[in-house]
Amino acid sequence: MSFASGPQAASYWKENLRLLFSLLCVWFVVSFGCGILLVDELNQIRMGGFKLGFWFAQQGAIYVFLLLIVVYVYKMNQLDKKYGVYEEDDSGSAPMENATAADDAQLNRGQ
Amino acid sequence: MDVQTLTFLIVGATFLLYIAIAIWARAGSTNDFYVAGGGVHPVANGMATAADWMSAASFISMAGLISFMGYDGTVYLLGWTGGYVLLALCLAPYLRKFGKFTVPDFIGDRYYSQAARTVAVICAIFVCFTYVAGQMRGVGVVFSRFLEVDIVTGVVIGMGVVFFYAVLGGMKGITYTQVAQYCVLIFAYMVPAIFISIMMTGHVLPQAGFGGMLSDGTYLLDKLDGLSVELGFAEYTAGTKSTIDVFFITAALMVGTAGLPHVIVRFFTVPKVRDARKSAGWALLFIALLYTTAPAIATFARVNMIDTINGADGRGTAHAEAPSWISNWEETGLIQWEDKNGDGKMFYSGDERNEMTVDRDIMVLANPEIANLPAWVIALVAAGGVAAALSTSAGLLLVISTSISHDLLKRNLMPRITEKQELLYARSAAAVAVCIAGYLGVNPPGFVAQVVAFAFGLAASSFFPAIIMGIFSKRMNKEGAIAGMLTGILFTAAYIVYFKFIDPAANTAEHWWFGISPEGIGTLGMVINFVVAIAVAKVTREAPGDVQEMVESIRFPQGAGQASAH
Repeated sequence: MSFASGPQAASYWKENLRLLFSLLCVWFVVSFGCGILLVDELNQIRMGGFKLGFWFAQQGAIYVFLLLIVVYVYKMNQLDKKYGVYEEDDSGSAPMENATAADDAQLNRGQ
Repeated sequence: MDVQTLTFLIVGATFLLYIAIAIWARAGSTNDFYVAGGGVHPVANGMATAADWMSAASFISMAGLISFMGYDGTVYLLGWTGGYVLLALCLAPYLRKFGKFTVPDFIGDRYYSQAARTVAVICAIFVCFTYVAGQMRGVGVVFSRFLEVDIVTGVVIGMGVVFFYAVLGGMKGITYTQVAQYCVLIFAYMVPAIFISIMMTGHVLPQAGFGGMLSDGTYLLDKLDGLSVELGFAEYTAGTKSTIDVFFITAALMVGTAGLPHVIVRFFTVPKVRDARKSAGWALLFIALLYTTAPAIATFARVNMIDTINGADGRGTAHAEAPSWISNWEETGLIQWEDKNGDGKMFYSGDERNEMTVDRDIMVLANPEIANLPAWVIALVAAGGVAAALSTSAGLLLVISTSISHDLLKRNLMPRITEKQELLYARSAAAVAVCIAGYLGVNPPGFVAQVVAFAFGLAASSFFPAIIMGIFSKRMNKEGAIAGMLTGILFTAAYIVYFKFIDPAANTAEHWWFGISPEGIGTLGMVINFVVAIAVAKVTREAPGDVQEMVESIRFPQGAGQASAH
């Protein structure tokens, strides 16, 4: 239950970090960028009853946040499959009734 | 039926529901008590996280605060949603893979040190108590207005209910009651918002009504900007805080969200790593529903309030003809009128003409009355406010009791206690915590949302950097992490305590460092934590090999076992 090789693990982690970094850039731009630092400039533009900067600050950024997590979940599932570390449905899950079985489960330390 | 009876019925019915769920889902093992057996579906967990997350501050105070702060209220909206992106991307999946019960568990194991564990326990307890005090206060406000009991009695009733299901059910009971509480609170929040949006702008969705047009042909926000300036306030869409302060407060709230132990622990309850990622997405969806509605409510409420108090002609409404909600809230002392010019009329403004003192916390609760909605809607809002406060309190109390029974006793002081004893300690700790929280609720250090805001600064400056470095840096060692956490939280706490308690008179922008208010100082505390930790780690020995291997193993999902105490 691990990577085929060390370099594989390293390249999985690298791809993961690249995805993280690009998503967090978008996160920063819509919230701190459009909603706070550039708000006065964007407020010159109107969108219906909203000033654009104000809209980003109180509505738009939140919608983008949601989208970011959706993209992340989708991309990470793809990445997991690509490297063969995707969790299948029958592994790792235990129904509530068997909760005490968890006491026997071992943490996969150092595998 | 009058509002009073309806409120009793609806709040009473929801209480019965919570208690029934608590009995159905009582905890049989420590695993149940700490992480609900680790078998919660991601959607249910998302809802529970949302309810856990959306506190009395979100439900009762936030729209009110925004309605008084205008653009400045953005700090809450962005801060309390943006953190979920950090949580989903940087923390939740890795902590789930790690697979223990608590945040101090992670810190203690990752930094191979009881001292680190103890520091984390103390930080967790400190953060949670700050936060829970605000919740109890929220319960008190709801009870005092809707059930016409005083705030102290309200707090005691709230404590009783939380006590019952948190102590009995642990995480399992709390998770399923929180799912129910989410449904109650979101329904209670949306119904008046939709009603008011339709009445004022003709849009069904408050998010659209927010940018909609009023019957007189002006846009809602433009009208409010105009009114605000006319009455001597800052323009609603512009705000008064400096850009740097808005930036720092938002960052502190975001990072704090991702560092709050009661939020993080929710991601230990799902079966798989990919469920943890997905669950954060669901949580944000459920949260966003309320958070995109809140700023709309804030504007509706403000326009309504100004119109009611100042009258259609903008010269004031005679106090004798004031609508009943004004006198209702006057009885609780949360609205006060002082007839300065002796004309018998009320007038609200931002300058010397002002005769009204309106507590921000009442805006959401009074909103249905201000807009003349039917009595059942008012009762529903009361039930929603209580649900929000109870669900968050329960989640926090669980973290406090877990920290004491598991992290402090089982993993530290008394490693040989049996599971049964540990469970007993967990329950007793929850009981004591409820009482302390109640005391803090009766004697609160400020507005509900402000008290809560400090908890974020503290979480941002202590846990977040330690956890992030624990995952993303294999070399980070115990010396670095402990030094970082301590300097971070001490710096932040000292700054807050100085400006809030020691010298409140100096709490103005010219005395703040770099113009950062105590609410935003957590961001600086976090930066200090990172810098100190990295510096100390550079001059001390790097983390041992087996710890580095463990970090390696939490970086990919496969093989996540059940959350485990072993």
